[in-house]
Amino acid sequence: MAEKITIGELHLSGCTGCLVTLADNYEGLFKLLDDYADLVYALTLVDVRHVPEMDVCLVEGSCCLDDKLSVEELKEAREKSKVLVAYGGCAAYGNITRFCRGGQWNQPGQEAFVPISEVVDVDLYIPSCPPCPQEVRNVAVMAYLLLKGNEEQKNLATAYLTPLMQLAQRGNEACGCDLMYDVINQGLCMGCGTCAGTCPVRAVTMEYGKPNVNRDQCIKCGACYAQCPRSWFNFDVMNNYEGIMDAIKGAMQ
Amino acid sequence: MDVLGNYKSAISARSTDKDILKKAQDGGIITTLFAYALEEGIIDGAIVAGPGNEPWKPEPMVVTTKAELLAAAGTRYTISPNISLIKEATRSYGLDRVGIVGTPCQIQATRKAQLYPIGMRDVDDKIALALGIFCMENLSYQALEAMVEDHCNQKMESVVKMDIGKGKFTVYTERGAVSQMPLKLIHKYVQPGCSVCLDYVANLADISSGSVGSPDGWSTVFVRSTKGNAVWDGAIAAGCFETKPIDQVKPGLDLVTKLATEKITKNQKNVDARKTIGLKADGTPKGLRNPYESP
Ligand SMILES: Cc1cc2nc3c(=O)[nH]c(=O)nc-3n(C[C@H](O)[C@H](O)[C@H](O)COP(=O)(O)OP(=O)(O)OC[C@H]3O[C@@H](n4cnc5c(N)ncnc54)[C@H](O)[C@@H]3O)c2cc1C
Ligand code: SF4
Ligand code: SF4
Ligand code: SF4
Repeated sequence: MAEKITIGELHLSGCTGCLVTLADNYEGLFKLLDDYADLVYALTLVDVRHVPEMDVCLVEGSCCLDDKLSVEELKEAREKSKVLVAYGGCAAYGNITRFCRGGQWNQPGQEAFVPISEVVDVDLYIPSCPPCPQEVRNVAVMAYLLLKGNEEQKNLATAYLTPLMQLAQRGNEACGCDLMYDVINQGLCMGCGTCAGTCPVRAVTMEYGKPNVNRDQCIKCGACYAQCPRSWFNFDVMNNYEGIMDAIKGAMQ
Repeated sequence: MDVLGNYKSAISARSTDKDILKKAQDGGIITTLFAYALEEGIIDGAIVAGPGNEPWKPEPMVVTTKAELLAAAGTRYTISPNISLIKEATRSYGLDRVGIVGTPCQIQATRKAQLYPIGMRDVDDKIALALGIFCMENLSYQALEAMVEDHCNQKMESVVKMDIGKGKFTVYTERGAVSQMPLKLIHKYVQPGCSVCLDYVANLADISSGSVGSPDGWSTVFVRSTKGNAVWDGAIAAGCFETKPIDQVKPGLDLVTKLATEKITKNQKNVDARKTIGLKADGTPKGLRNPYESP
């Protein structure tokens, strides 16, 4: 077995749901840690106080500008990691922290919360609230292949990770409205229902074959847009779905 | 990739189940495969286009019995957002082995949900059988209503079957009337999203099927994945289907290839045309979003 990569989780203004999601891989998490990745930094799971050097840093939560430590740690994580991931809706898009206007317990003075890309450059997004255990697992396996694999594995990992990196380039605003703006208004929606099936808060319903978003219910996690097959669909990866799924399954056995 | 996608075998087939054939659109491939898979415990339920609350309006539905499968058999030429239930099927319905039927785009959505389960928790390894149906285009419910009621002069609730074939859209009514309209007239009703669709025969399904290529009442079947192959072999061994070699039926794979090529060529042109649809201030073209390149 080639040497492992190092992964850390930096916890900013999030609910810890993303961290729990990592653990929700159950025995899969142990497999990841046994063979592919050393967890070098994470709230409660790793007894390390200071942000260390790491290959992949998963950042959970948005960044509170009124909390100087958050800003500093985020910058430090950027400096010390090869790949910085906005892990979950809050880090990527602000998610429910977009609704925070201060005056809340137990930090009433804190009111300015931004997606982490307002403060640092971000390489890759894993949206949703919480993200799915299987997606962070896939990204971890692909990151391992990218950094430690042979030529063929590197190419596969690059192809797999590219759309998630493009999502990071796309910007840090996403909500159910994107289905309207960037799919339906662009003449691309074909009514598959993925968006409705994905939404963690059931803000999307299908009305006569097209999504209808209850905007008051939407928490701005970005899952619907990222999951929609007409936000992006990379044939080079999808056409090989059987091989890739088998490879991931094999890696986890 | 070939316009017909990867496949292990192509067959012309028809169900041996008379009850299914009575209700099915073509050779009853989809309903029969699900009934077999339920019986064998390959799936514990299937997501299908069940009956909705308006005539010919499908409603995605999780079914677990043959009776429910029969109630959902046949084609509804309007959108049934079947993928809206794939996470729900594993949660509220508690299925561990999910069957799903869908148009090529819906099978694409299924594979994306499995490979990139961003908001699809615990779905990836629970899709036990993804069956695809060939699809040239789809229509909103209101568009279908306009075709049936305005063009064909029939009431939606009196129609017992709709079919597309030989250049015509045909409706059959309960009183035996047959009304038709030329396919070229339905063009303006096709939902816009279909104009960029690059898949005709559900290339990413485990097994996909449609009427094109086979004689009336028979279906053309592509057995594609390892999983699909095992299910197909099992169903054949169980006597679920009559089959004929595809090269011995008329019009055969040539017509499927021709239609697939036409669809993909036309739609690839549409995708390309989007790149230069507008104009920038400096006179260079301004484009729309291309989902096959980036989000
Ligand atoms: C919009 C549309 C366009 C099509 N275009 C073509 C074509 O160009 N060429 C061709 O050969 N075949 C086409 N088909 C497929 C064809 O009409 C039959 O569905 C297919 O041959 C399966 O028939 P069967 O007898 O094996 O299936 P059946 O046993 O009748 O089962 C059909 C299954 O499909 C499901 N279903 C019905 N309507 C929909 C829907 N709108 N969306 C998702 N699932 C649905 C049903 O719930 C059922 O489970 C199209 C189907 C649709 C829905
Ligand atoms: S997921 Fe499907 S239904 Fe939803 S916006 Fe995208 S194409 Fe349309
Ligand atoms: S509609 Fe739902 S899935 Fe989409 S961003 Fe809002 S909360 Fe997330
Ligand atoms: S033509 Fe393509 S996009 Fe339209 S319904 Fe059929 S498979 Fe989906």
